[in-house]
Amino acid sequence: MIPSTSTNVDHLTMTHLNALEAESIYIFREVAESFENPVLLYSMGKDSGVMLHLARKAFFPEKPPFPLLHVDSTWEFREVIEFREKYARQQLGLEVLVHINQEGVEAGVNPFDYSSRIYTDIMRTQPLKQALTQHRFDAAIGGGRRDEERSRAKERVFSFRDNNHRWEPKNQRPELWELYNTWVHRGESIRVFPLSNWTEFDIWQYILQENIPLAPLYLAQSRPMVKRSGDWIMVDDDRMRLELGEQPVMKQVRFRTLGCYPVTGALESQAGSVAEIIDELVHSSASERQGRAIDRDEEAAMERKKREGYF
Amino acid sequence: MRSLNEAAPANEEKHPIPQIDLLRFLTCGSVDDGKSTLIGRLLLETGAVYEDQLAALAQDSIRLGTAGKAIDPALLMDGLEDERQQGITIDVAYRYFQTDRRKFISADSPGHEQYTRNMATAASTSQLAIILVDARKGLLSQTRRHSYIASLLGIRHLVLAVNKMDLVDYSQTIFEQICTEYREFVRQLNAPAVRCLPISGLQGDNVTTLSDRMPWFQEQPLLELLEMVEVDSDASHSAFRFPVQRVSRPHAEFRGYCGTVAAGSITIGDPVLVLPGGQTSRVQSIVSFDGDLPSVSAGAAVALTLEDEIDIARGDMLVDPEQPAHFAKEFEANIVWMSPQPLIPQKSYWLKHSTRRTTGEVHSLIYRTDVNTLNRVEVPSLALNETGRCRMRTHAPLAFDPYTVNRQTGSFILVDRVTHETIAAGMIVEPETNQESSSQWGIELQSPKLQFTPSRITSGQRVARFGRPACTLLLTGLSGSGKTTIAFALEERLFALGTAVTVLDGQNLRHGISRELGFSAAERSENLRRAAEIAALFNNSGIVCIAALAAPDESTRKQAQKVIGKERVLHVHLDAPLEVCRQRDLSGRYLAADRGDIRDFPGVTANYESPTDADLVLPTHEWSVEQCVAAIEKRLVSYWNNAGQGTNGTE
Repeated sequence: MIPSTSTNVDHLTMTHLNALEAESIYIFREVAESFENPVLLYSMGKDSGVMLHLARKAFFPEKPPFPLLHVDSTWEFREVIEFREKYARQQLGLEVLVHINQEGVEAGVNPFDYSSRIYTDIMRTQPLKQALTQHRFDAAIGGGRRDEERSRAKERVFSFRDNNHRWEPKNQRPELWELYNTWVHRGESIRVFPLSNWTEFDIWQYILQENIPLAPLYLAQSRPMVKRSGDWIMVDDDRMRLELGEQPVMKQVRFRTLGCYPVTGALESQAGSVAEIIDELVHSSASERQGRAIDRDEEAAMERKKREGYF
Repeated sequence: MRSLNEAAPANEEKHPIPQIDLLRFLTCGSVDDGKSTLIGRLLLETGAVYEDQLAALAQDSIRLGTAGKAIDPALLMDGLEDERQQGITIDVAYRYFQTDRRKFISADSPGHEQYTRNMATAASTSQLAIILVDARKGLLSQTRRHSYIASLLGIRHLVLAVNKMDLVDYSQTIFEQICTEYREFVRQLNAPAVRCLPISGLQGDNVTTLSDRMPWFQEQPLLELLEMVEVDSDASHSAFRFPVQRVSRPHAEFRGYCGTVAAGSITIGDPVLVLPGGQTSRVQSIVSFDGDLPSVSAGAAVALTLEDEIDIARGDMLVDPEQPAHFAKEFEANIVWMSPQPLIPQKSYWLKHSTRRTTGEVHSLIYRTDVNTLNRVEVPSLALNETGRCRMRTHAPLAFDPYTVNRQTGSFILVDRVTHETIAAGMIVEPETNQESSSQWGIELQSPKLQFTPSRITSGQRVARFGRPACTLLLTGLSGSGKTTIAFALEERLFALGTAVTVLDGQNLRHGISRELGFSAAERSENLRRAAEIAALFNNSGIVCIAALAAPDESTRKQAQKVIGKERVLHVHLDAPLEVCRQRDLSGRYLAADRGDIRDFPGVTANYESPTDADLVLPTHEWSVEQCVAAIEKRLVSYWNNAGQGTNGTE
């Protein structure tokens, strides 16, 4: 579906990956210089991996001058948490804040008994807002890309949020050139998307080019899976509730996105390296959000979640 | 640092990353001309839509579409609930697709007139504009408006896509009529490259392949045109510009300046000039995460270190010392007004230019451009979505290039200080040479070989001849405060007393030595500079000079006094209230200023900085001309007595 990668146009202009990289670095530096208390939202996914890499480039030889924040729904893949600890904390020595909505945990909110709308609100949106408020972050850098979903295509690179973290899509600040309007009053904040102009394909090509470390879930492996509502769901730990007649089977699968494991669909794949993933992508016919139940629960689901403060 | 690759297996065989470039374009035009449909079509035909998205599109098309049961590509675009319900585009949508030759970022911008600012927003980052017209309707005011704004925002490639050709039986005549009319209009714009294409976004004619239904059209289909168009910017060939984004000081041994090269290129050892500091140094290293680099060019995000320890901060700019940027607090700019609140001249706004934040004001509005006729209209203000030319004044001087030379160093935004709304987009225009007041005062000699030969007659000899040391009486004040009247009455009185005396009147100078100057602040400043040089010549010749000029600007007055010699200037401020000056005005200049016929008129559309250190202040609204003349004479005599006999020492 995406054209072959065999072309080799000898161009004097920057290649598109260099151009995207430079644009993102510029954005990271603007955030660091324009806000008092920025934070990088870090989910350990592939986009997060690219963001962290770009942040390291932007401030080299310094470390990124802001902490990472992981909003932990408590239903992450185990491997993802392990990656956070080993890579971001230990290997890079970065400050990683972890925030969990304790009220949600105590109320027993889980992705089995609750609709995705309520579950996502309580275990993702609310704790994100709690953490931003608690630490008084005035800028939160996220990995959203405009190619992901229709309402994201309309989002600014520097996206204003009122003091209740709400997005007002019809009243966004005009965003001209690279002159980002970074003025906020107390309590207001800006969500910043340095990967706005990247596509999923760019992300993979860049990961390949830069050899960026990733959680192994992105690569095909034999994993214990069950088929549920058309999606392959991984049985990651013993909290997974099997429905009547479900029996985990070992399947060679990989993930295109990493969310809460009980609601994140995998695809059957043989791609064991980033290069093979790119080859598969070239021939793929499904979008990466295909495995995301939360986008499908209603018309304009993402837009509504975003208005309420979801990323 | 790469040790985790054992968890994620390394990509052993080196996979070729395609070396393709990026084209950013926008689609614009009027409502219902098919912009969203066209982009949707491009996405579908380049394979940028996945199967699950196609399935959703098919469902949406039945429910919301305008194409019957067939797929409506427009529904891929409008992502907001309101947009889908109303069937219109409110905000810019950015979409991505790719071919073997190029990666494309398209900005689908709204057609409604009330969203013109969103169209300007999309244009600010685009290199090419596709302007759609409905073949049935021909050119509309939105076609002209969008073409004008696209060219104003520096887009050099305009593609007129005559859409819905299927609804006019693919008529060559209709297409050619529209093209002819459009080329006629575009000739007035600064957009050299124009192409016209007959298409149907809905049917796919001439979008990715040439259509059989229009055999008379044998040029490229749209996609091929987008792939082939040369948009290689000349940014990397122009003079070096590096706005400092961040100063990096991880430890005492490292001081790096982070930024993105905005123009030109730089190599280790190259000299750089720092603006505003004015210091020069050389590039010591070009630092990047992937290792030091020998040289970089426009677009590269790096950190530079310099050979010398210089105080440089965010917002400063490193430039080529041979071809420095303009540097001024005053400049002219085209602006697009983006706020529902109208523009208020003289009101202070936040201003962001490159990496610098300062405050600035629209000092005066020169004209508004009627986007339908391209006529210039004199107006006091701009309303939402209007564009005009204005004179800007900033708190701190900016290092800039004209927008037509460099979009990055030539653009700025204005932000409301209370609401924080982005209220205007500005594009700086090339300063005219006679308006560069600051550089005229401090300008270097044109050739260092020029010699200055002093007169052999000493000032003592001149005092002996004329009886008194020469000096300049600088009469300043608002228009109508009595400068000219008092100057000539005073001349008459001093002449009667036997003094060698003459008058330099600001208006009179404009009949001769300053005849090419206008009335902007910069041009007033230049008029004063010339008067000061002439006054100095008169004084050096032993002649008392009465110089009568408005001189509304404190710093410019100071420079004039320096040119004449501060110790031989007596500054007399004619201090009458603005209302009185207005009433006295018989020539109608205040009324002309109110109408906007004279711009930068002190007291009306420009500031008047009353002097705080004048040697004499005369309330000319309370005193008669005779009283004023007598007071000045008294002050002059006292000056002469203090100056002693021939010892003013100013030769």
